[in-house]
Amino acid sequence: MNRKILIPCAIGAVLAVLPLVLNAYWVDVLNSVGIYAILALSLNLIVGHTGLFNLGHAAFYAVGAYTAAILNTHFHIPVLWLIPVSGLTAGLFALVVARPIIHLRGDYLCIVTIGVGEIVRIALINNVFGITGGANGIFGISRPSVFDLTLRTPNQFFYLIWVFVAVTVFLFHLLEYSRFGRAINYLREDEVAAEGSGVNTAHYKLAVFILGSAWAGMIGNIYAAKMTIISPESFTFWESVLMFVIVILGGSGSIVGVFLGAFLVVGLPEVFREFANARMLIFGAAMVGMMIFRTQGLIPARPRTYSAPDLEEGRETAV
Amino acid sequence: MEQLFQQLTNGLAVGSIYALIALGYTMVYGVLKLINFAHSDLFTLGAYLGLTLLTSLTLADRIGPLWGTIVLVVMVMGLIALAGALLDRVAYRPLRESPRLSAVVSALGASIFLQNTIMLIYGARFRVYPEDILPKAVFHVLGVDVPVVRILVLFTSLAMMAALYFFIQKTRIGTAIRAAAIDQGAARLMGIDVNRVILIVFMVGPALGGAAGLMVGLYYGQINFTMGWGYGLKAFTAAILGGIGNIPGAMVGGLLLGVIEALGAAYLSFAWKDAIAFAVLILILIVRPTGLLGERVAEKV
Repeated sequence: MNRKILIPCAIGAVLAVLPLVLNAYWVDVLNSVGIYAILALSLNLIVGHTGLFNLGHAAFYAVGAYTAAILNTHFHIPVLWLIPVSGLTAGLFALVVARPIIHLRGDYLCIVTIGVGEIVRIALINNVFGITGGANGIFGISRPSVFDLTLRTPNQFFYLIWVFVAVTVFLFHLLEYSRFGRAINYLREDEVAAEGSGVNTAHYKLAVFILGSAWAGMIGNIYAAKMTIISPESFTFWESVLMFVIVILGGSGSIVGVFLGAFLVVGLPEVFREFANARMLIFGAAMVGMMIFRTQGLIPARPRTYSAPDLEEGRETAV
Repeated sequence: MEQLFQQLTNGLAVGSIYALIALGYTMVYGVLKLINFAHSDLFTLGAYLGLTLLTSLTLADRIGPLWGTIVLVVMVMGLIALAGALLDRVAYRPLRESPRLSAVVSALGASIFLQNTIMLIYGARFRVYPEDILPKAVFHVLGVDVPVVRILVLFTSLAMMAALYFFIQKTRIGTAIRAAAIDQGAARLMGIDVNRVILIVFMVGPALGGAAGLMVGLYYGQINFTMGWGYGLKAFTAAILGGIGNIPGAMVGGLLLGVIEALGAAYLSFAWKDAIAFAVLILILIVRPTGLLGERVAEKV
């Protein structure tokens, strides 16, 4: 029990001092890692825990980011206040999109989510409803402020992002060990058996899809706040692939694995900057290699363990 | 009326290219239940290899435009077939027994690898096909001018599809491929070397895809290292439209998608052209998930 509290505290302490020792560039890299970690954690609910192929997660990320950007630039609502609104619109969009397609299996769902992602991107480029700014996107999103402090430097964003990461990890950890978490794991392992045991699979699939998408929408808000400019280019298919790869590479279903995945996928290309053009080539080859030599991901989720009830004690109480 | 006819023929030509690519997806999916994301990059590779061979060998000058083009198509198909076999050997064969998600990631990785290899070799800019290979002649059909390239593309693809259909339906290897697609275990018990079947599928499919790449180069005149992504996604849509795993379905789906897209671009909105294909895809999956010709039910993960 002690370890369960000590380790996160130690990691938190190390992260808290990191911006003091790193230069602005690397802090910014860590910010990206944080954003992708949250995105991948939200996708992990859908892909890792529930086993639904989703290669269009960037669409919901985009909806959240654009919600924040539009409401902020038009109505001057402070951008961080819009986090719940971004989550809500992304969640609603997920509900509308997923309701008719969620029953599709495996690759069918995968290809439809790709299609949804593309439609959203094309819609943004075509300036849908005249509010998304077309291919140039939206600029002039105001800087976020926490109480009276306006966030500008990478260091300040570092704390904003990683606090959000901590909250996400905490909540998702609780979710994983809840009734809900068990239900979605069950339907990933065997949908028919889950249905037979009274798990309403359609309901749970939809719920998890909406939850993951809403979370991506919220981080979309933070992304918009950090960049102050957003454009359709930031929400392409490859963005979805990146999130997907983080989940699978790290170890689907495992929170620690997702973090390692985020560090590797987002951080390592920065380390190999000198290879410039060839780094994506290496990245692709590494993906193939990883899958061949470590199929289950770097840190796969451990199977659930339950301690058996103490038989002696049971007998005593029975008597 | 004239515009309608122009769009129809254009749609059929583009659709036949989609169909050729879709065949590669649907064959691999039929046997392995895997979306071969790298297929679209083999298609791009076909376009680039075609350009290289075209400019370095100057076949058209030596043996005439007709034979030059035919030899070129055969060479590109052969080379891409080899690339396909290599891809299977390196990226997919070690993952036969792994979970499906791993194979998907491997496919995405192979796709990124191939795309960037092409970019490093040929550069990131658009490359232009020489203009004087195919005759610039124009056919007059029903009072409408149809470029000869369009007709050539359509008929070459139809011929290739007919050849493939014959190969799958009438030859021993084709029977083995169909058997492996229905039940790999049973096929193995009947003495079919399934790994060899998969290897052949990974040669035939990409060969058709490579030919499609060459046709895009000849038809549109310019190619780019990222073009595979759009074509690949639409071809996959076409495969689903016709019923994935179903070879005639991929042909019908491709032609249909090409026509829908051309008419949609002309009469609805050009800017939303790419979105139309995906909207069709989503509609099809909601209304008839098995596709137009598919009997195969969506597989359990």
